[in-house]
Amino acid sequence: MQQPKSPLYTEYHPRWYRPRVSVYWWLGQSQYLKFILRELSSVFVAIAVVMTLLQLRALRGGPEAYARFQHQLQTPLVITVSVISLFFVVFHTITWFNLTPRAMTVRLRGKRIPEWLIAAPNYAAWVVVSGAVSWLVLRWH
Amino acid sequence: MRESNEAPLWLLFSAGGVVAAFLIPVHLFLFGLAFPLGWLGAPSYEHLLALVRLPLVRIYLFVLCSLPLFHWAHRFRYTLYDGLKVKHLNEVIFVLCYGGATVGTVLAAYMLWSIK
Repeated sequence: MQQPKSPLYTEYHPRWYRPRVSVYWWLGQSQYLKFILRELSSVFVAIAVVMTLLQLRALRGGPEAYARFQHQLQTPLVITVSVISLFFVVFHTITWFNLTPRAMTVRLRGKRIPEWLIAAPNYAAWVVVSGAVSWLVLRWH
Repeated sequence: MRESNEAPLWLLFSAGGVVAAFLIPVHLFLFGLAFPLGWLGAPSYEHLLALVRLPLVRIYLFVLCSLPLFHWAHRFRYTLYDGLKVKHLNEVIFVLCYGGATVGTVLAAYMLWSIK
């Protein structure tokens, strides 16, 4: 389509072909749904941070405040939130690690290193870091 | 408010994504499920307090709280823009997302600073 040279002198407004996209466009295909779920995982990342902040506040408040906090974590509602959040947070971890080979192409002797070989060290480091945090929380004196 | 500060915000998003990917699952699993459900013996109040008193642990916890919030702010903003198509509330969403992340960061700093 040829555009008028100066939009000030058009006699009609050109109509672009812009099909309307539904607000629910992401429900149509599993790839789109996966994309939106991945993006929404950030909400559960934020929920986990808020839980950590509440935990710090309870720690700051003294032993009774912390006992109350621990008790609140055991209520079915909070457990449900924790289960759903853990699912999404792990989903974030997996999708994030699997993106690394896309962002970083490593070549060795002119050959591209396979994607799984770049993603694999992430998973190994994840296991090590999780182990270290668990050890600090459970065993450190 | 547009292109100029997009790069640092993206860096925060990216750094927060890394921190969240590595650290949040184990924290959530331990404190959200394993301890409340009795799968593992919960550490005592004194033990956790002794940990939090360590300067390195304070820095660790600050990073753990702050960066993932900026990760959320960036991702959630674009989910609302593109995913749910609420582009007309552009400025409000921007302020709410990054404002929220900033408030969380300040709260984390205050909390960690004031734990005696």
